[in-house]
Amino acid sequence: MVDILGVPMPVLMGQLLLGLINGAFYAVLSLGLALIFGLLNIINFAHGAFYMLGAFVAWLALQYLGIGYWPALIVAPLVVGVFGVIVERLLLKRLYELDHLYGLLLTFGLALVIEGTFRQLYGISGQPYQLPESLSGGINLGFMFLPKYRAWVIVASLVMCLATWLIIERTKLGALMRAATENPDLVRAFGVNVPLLVTLTYGFGVALAAFAGVLAAPIYSVNPIMGSHLIIVVFAVVVIGGMGSIMGAVVSGFMLGVFEGLTRVFWPEASSVVIFVIMAVVLMVKPAGLFGRTA
Amino acid sequence: MSKLKTALMAGIASVALAGTAQAEITNNVVKIGVLDDMSGVYADLAGEGSVLAARMAVEDAGGSVAGSPIEVISADHQNKADIAANVARQWIDTDQVDVVVDVGNSAAALAVQEVTETKGKVHLNSTAATTALTNEKCSPTGVHWTYDTYALANGTGKALVEQGAKKWFFITADYAFGHSLEENTSKAVKSAGGEVVGSVRAPFPNNDFSSYLLQAQGSGADVIAFANTGGDFVNALKQAQEFGITQSGQKIAGLLVFLTDVHSLGLESTKGLTITTGWYWDQDEDSRAWADRFAERNGGKRPTMVQAGVYSAVSHYLKAIAAIESDEGKPVVDQMKQTPINDMFAKNGKIREDGRMVHDMKLVQVKTPDESKGEWDYYKILSNIPGDQAFMPLSESTCDLVKQ
Repeated sequence: MVDILGVPMPVLMGQLLLGLINGAFYAVLSLGLALIFGLLNIINFAHGAFYMLGAFVAWLALQYLGIGYWPALIVAPLVVGVFGVIVERLLLKRLYELDHLYGLLLTFGLALVIEGTFRQLYGISGQPYQLPESLSGGINLGFMFLPKYRAWVIVASLVMCLATWLIIERTKLGALMRAATENPDLVRAFGVNVPLLVTLTYGFGVALAAFAGVLAAPIYSVNPIMGSHLIIVVFAVVVIGGMGSIMGAVVSGFMLGVFEGLTRVFWPEASSVVIFVIMAVVLMVKPAGLFGRTA
Repeated sequence: MSKLKTALMAGIASVALAGTAQAEITNNVVKIGVLDDMSGVYADLAGEGSVLAARMAVEDAGGSVAGSPIEVISADHQNKADIAANVARQWIDTDQVDVVVDVGNSAAALAVQEVTETKGKVHLNSTAATTALTNEKCSPTGVHWTYDTYALANGTGKALVEQGAKKWFFITADYAFGHSLEENTSKAVKSAGGEVVGSVRAPFPNNDFSSYLLQAQGSGADVIAFANTGGDFVNALKQAQEFGITQSGQKIAGLLVFLTDVHSLGLESTKGLTITTGWYWDQDEDSRAWADRFAERNGGKRPTMVQAGVYSAVSHYLKAIAAIESDEGKPVVDQMKQTPINDMFAKNGKIREDGRMVHDMKLVQVKTPDESKGEWDYYKILSNIPGDQAFMPLSESTCDLVKQ
């Protein structure tokens, strides 16, 4: 058996795969963040709260309406996305002309309010959400036991990331969105409804977070602070990838998941800080991030 | 001149009465500060419920003691030791707090114990688990009430080895509590004839345990023991099932599992778990009656062992103040040590010189969904572990208050 730095190959392979799975969550979340930052210039601190909302809506739908996992995968992002649209129309829209800081403060406050409300209503220990029947069990890969659900997480995230990228880069709608960021006045002059475009983008970014939340519900505990654990890491991912870069967010999401996974094998205690160390190094060497353009 | 005379007389009187008390309540109020994780992973198992338990103890004592009113205040230490120490210090220095209660999270508890000891105030700990509170960090004004890592390790560790689970692998929360729990359980496992084949330390708090579970799965261990608790335990167990660990024959041991964790995971996920607990709400008539009263005011949620421990500790503390008519730290704790504890929490409980409250622990098993008669009916009691077997014997103690 081949050993790498004293770690047997199968163990390493297993950890790499797990890293990819975690990376999938980072990728979907940071994708939404990058999208919102790229088009709206808002640092969306409420992203973790929207992720939590996605998981909770899925749980509530199952608990009170009997709506299962598969429909929830569509329903929850829609519901949370609409909530995001309301937030944008009601609050965020007033801040575009101001400094980044105001958007950050507003969304941070919003996150606290949402989390606080759910903490008050449902407590902190979390709600049970069972794996969907069709995805329980797993496949023995020889080097590890891969639960079917985790395989599904990777596939679903990759498809979602790819689809988003295609929409932004290859469709007319995406072209308009990009143009609206570059020069909103000019785009408006062509008769395009720019504010609507911006609202939809925010709603879509938020829906992506909720989608990740539903994906997470069966494997992590559905609790009000599940998002706040993750949001800081996801911000680091976005910074490493380059603020606003869609490709950067996805690639660095998967990459950092793998780095973190490897750290868990070689130095478990450091696994919670490794992403921030990488962030510090990247910021020193390439302040705009790996895929970012220097302003 | 007459003033000096009175002072002298008072001095003589107090010397004559030394050891009993100066018969006074400082600032004419007994102030109880409940310091806890009110918003993080431990907020449900202790948190506001602990504050409620303390309030109930105060109400049951009539709202006043030795002629002075009793007040309860609370704060969130956010699981940070430095915040815990600062709040405790501020409470004692400027808010006239006489006793700091509960203090979940071992790191926070140890920080508070240092503050209360230097200030001569009382620390009644229910939720923290580390044995350090009654060993190297023991204090003449510190009492550790509900359980500790030694008792958990001894209960669950021994029971599982006897059931034939010899080889152990630990997934440990990387801070004072996890370390202490792993160390104690390792000892208990080895002395019962088992062996430890490996361990890994996970950051606290942690969402994803799959990497660690994979390492544990590959270790060839009979038992994968989670030396963590609260939300971390919930996540770890959920993922252990996802990775097919129990189906492949490996056992899961939850070393510190609270009633709220079982509630959150559901019986389908937890059935059959063997758990050591300091108290269970359905253990007897008294506990049921108290739990009913508690649940009524806690949105229907039944109390955990540590919330019950808070009630018991505060009640005993108030009785001691009533007996000596003083709220001065050390004399009160000395008085508490002299009287046995008999209430809905413990029968013939006793506080030792190291501050350990010794009482019977319970080995319980989580019911299957069929066995459970409804919400919160989760445990069946397997056996009673007598206090002198449950807790670390004084002969092993490293506390300098213990005369060897």
